[in-house]
Amino acid sequence: MNRKSLSIFSVLLLSLVFVLTACGGGGGNSAEPASSDDTKVAGSDLENATELTFWTFAGTHADFYVNAAERWNEQNQDKPIKLKVENYPFDQMHNNLLMALQSGSGAPDLVDIELAKFPNFLKGDIQLESLNDLIEPELDSFIAERLDIYSKDGNYYGAPTHLGASVVYYNTDIMEQAGVDIDSIVTWDDYVEAGKKVVEATGKPMTTIATNWYGIWPFVAQRGSDFFDENGEVTLDNEKNIETLQFIDDLVNKHKIAEIAPGGQYHSEEFYGAMNQGSQASLVIPMYYMKDFTTYMPDLKGKIQIRPMPKWSDSDYQSVTMGGTGTAVTNQSEHVDLAKEFLYFAKLSKEGNIQLWKELGFDPPRWDVWEDPQMREDNEYYQYFHDDIFDILLAIRENVAGIRLSEYTPDVLTEIDTNIMHSVLREQNLTPEEALKQSADTVRQKAGSKE
Amino acid sequence: MAELNANNRKNTLPLVKEKKGNKVLKFFNSQKVVPYIFVFPFIVSFAILTLYPTIQAIIMSFQRILPGQVEFIGFQNYERIFNQAFYKALTNSTVYMLLTVLILVTIPIILAMLLDSKLVRFKTFFRSALFIPALTSIVVAGVIFRLVFAESENAIANQIIGFFGFEPVSWQFNAWSGMLIMVIMASWRWMGVNVLYFLAGLQNIPKELYESAEMDGANLFQKFRHVTLPFLKPIIIFVTTISIIGGFRVFEESYVIWEGNSPGNIGLTLVGLLYQQGIQQNDMGFGAAIGVVLLLLIFVVSIIYLLMTGAFKRGDE
Repeated sequence: MNRKSLSIFSVLLLSLVFVLTACGGGGGNSAEPASSDDTKVAGSDLENATELTFWTFAGTHADFYVNAAERWNEQNQDKPIKLKVENYPFDQMHNNLLMALQSGSGAPDLVDIELAKFPNFLKGDIQLESLNDLIEPELDSFIAERLDIYSKDGNYYGAPTHLGASVVYYNTDIMEQAGVDIDSIVTWDDYVEAGKKVVEATGKPMTTIATNWYGIWPFVAQRGSDFFDENGEVTLDNEKNIETLQFIDDLVNKHKIAEIAPGGQYHSEEFYGAMNQGSQASLVIPMYYMKDFTTYMPDLKGKIQIRPMPKWSDSDYQSVTMGGTGTAVTNQSEHVDLAKEFLYFAKLSKEGNIQLWKELGFDPPRWDVWEDPQMREDNEYYQYFHDDIFDILLAIRENVAGIRLSEYTPDVLTEIDTNIMHSVLREQNLTPEEALKQSADTVRQKAGSKE
Repeated sequence: MAELNANNRKNTLPLVKEKKGNKVLKFFNSQKVVPYIFVFPFIVSFAILTLYPTIQAIIMSFQRILPGQVEFIGFQNYERIFNQAFYKALTNSTVYMLLTVLILVTIPIILAMLLDSKLVRFKTFFRSALFIPALTSIVVAGVIFRLVFAESENAIANQIIGFFGFEPVSWQFNAWSGMLIMVIMASWRWMGVNVLYFLAGLQNIPKELYESAEMDGANLFQKFRHVTLPFLKPIIIFVTTISIIGGFRVFEESYVIWEGNSPGNIGLTLVGLLYQQGIQQNDMGFGAAIGVVLLLLIFVVSIIYLLMTGAFKRGDE
């Protein structure tokens, strides 16, 4: 009978191993030392070049930085750099960075941090270098709202990748079919009326709403509201936000001029496919979506017009700066000054901003380059859309709203993803007020218990 | 004297050495020691890769952890655990566990018996075909499952149910269908592995028993009930135990389908919650506390199950 008890013992031991592995499983492979099979290097042939590592999660960004490093080496032959750009999947890169900064070793010199993740890195003793000495002398040339997103207590920690001005992309085929002149759409009320005509004439929805923050944040911020106030208090369930969510809910469930985005978001295969087939008349999203249009929706070439967002009756804002990546220098870098200089060169300088548009199709955060002749040179984006993209931006420059981030922004975004949009728009089992109050309480509870 | 000693040493040393060699060899060859040597590498890797992190996680669960600011906060993390999201995750993980245990124990037994019977041809082909999903990358599988169950009339799953006259379903956005996708994915992945366990068990059953049962006039079902099942019992207990554990620690299935957050938390699992809170929202102390609760939960459930099936009882009692 020895054998039997032995086998039971081994079952137990195995169970224990599985249980214990389960607990280690959460972090999983994220804690492993960094290695990437997708690495690009610039300046490897240069002697006495200083090596800088760069982590990013977007292949297009990696190309951009490699090109920037090559231009740097041409212009700065006295201090060449060897830039190693490592490209990781989105979650893995942010997890790795979190571990590296937490444990105090293994972080790169420079790193791309996505907006929604950025607040995670502004907690505790901040492990990123302040960029104030680069930014402050030229602060007037930037749309300041964009820089504030990556700042805390007066220090700027991230170099923006684009302005990310939210606009409306109209499908002119559908709008013409419905007999609506898009320039006559000035307010959101006009937009709703136009939407009714579109649905009547074509049977297609005026727009689709994503069930993540893209479906609510731009509208909320454009009204001059946000999820937090200037003191960091949760305002997710304030009057304006409830009204705004009610408006979105009405678009979908009352006026029936909007549907829920296929796949629930604007970056899914389902959405790209449907949009490309001309399934909706317009789309509200930041400018950086131009790249998605040219990459995933080739059939819409020449059929899309960009316009500012329609206005609310109680706010002058015509756009909101949304989404986007901030590039930071970590305090583990052995060459902080050089890394910062390169970062300025690549993304903050005039030249860098022009390259952001030329290479990536991003609306540069420096408005003083918008009129630069180099910006007006023909490229695939002008061919796909139209020539006056930056005239539109210049006209609304004073009316771009910013967003406010807090330590608890990731929590609010999770609530929007999982609860608010789902129960209000899809399930319709909560009113906008109930959903926002419920989620606001959840976040308040968390914030309160940690003080 | 010194000379004598030296002489002595010269004479005795080789002898001692030989004896010592024997002793060392004997020591390592003895039945009591050898097993420990064989398990030593496992023990070391277990201690470094599992035991140490576990202890560390327990310590972390009592801390608030931020870069440069680590402090003990007592039971504060545990006080925050039992909220709505946790109960949702607990429910999801439990339902998932029950369904996968049910499916991944019964169906593999039937499949294993088919593969073991003389009636089925191309056995090796089926055996490997069933096993291949276990080797497939879960990420790749996730992409394919997402496309199969996409929110579109043209998605494969909707075409299939459309063939039977049903309306298209938004698979990834309903609680029941979300769970269904996860269970189908887990079943598809682990079916082959469990079939192998049961096949091994079946091959250990002496054929004479079936013969004598036949002579006693037992039919197919009686043979299964009174011969096959009792012999498979240890395997069933083993497979059920690892399925319980695997069910509670489910993470990948949910993660690859929804890529993070699921609508209405329909795909939120306990480990998913740990990941969301601990890593995505940078609250590692809280994440560790969830992990410790999960550890206790799995431990208690497994022990109860093993007690109920009598796995602790000695056979001679």
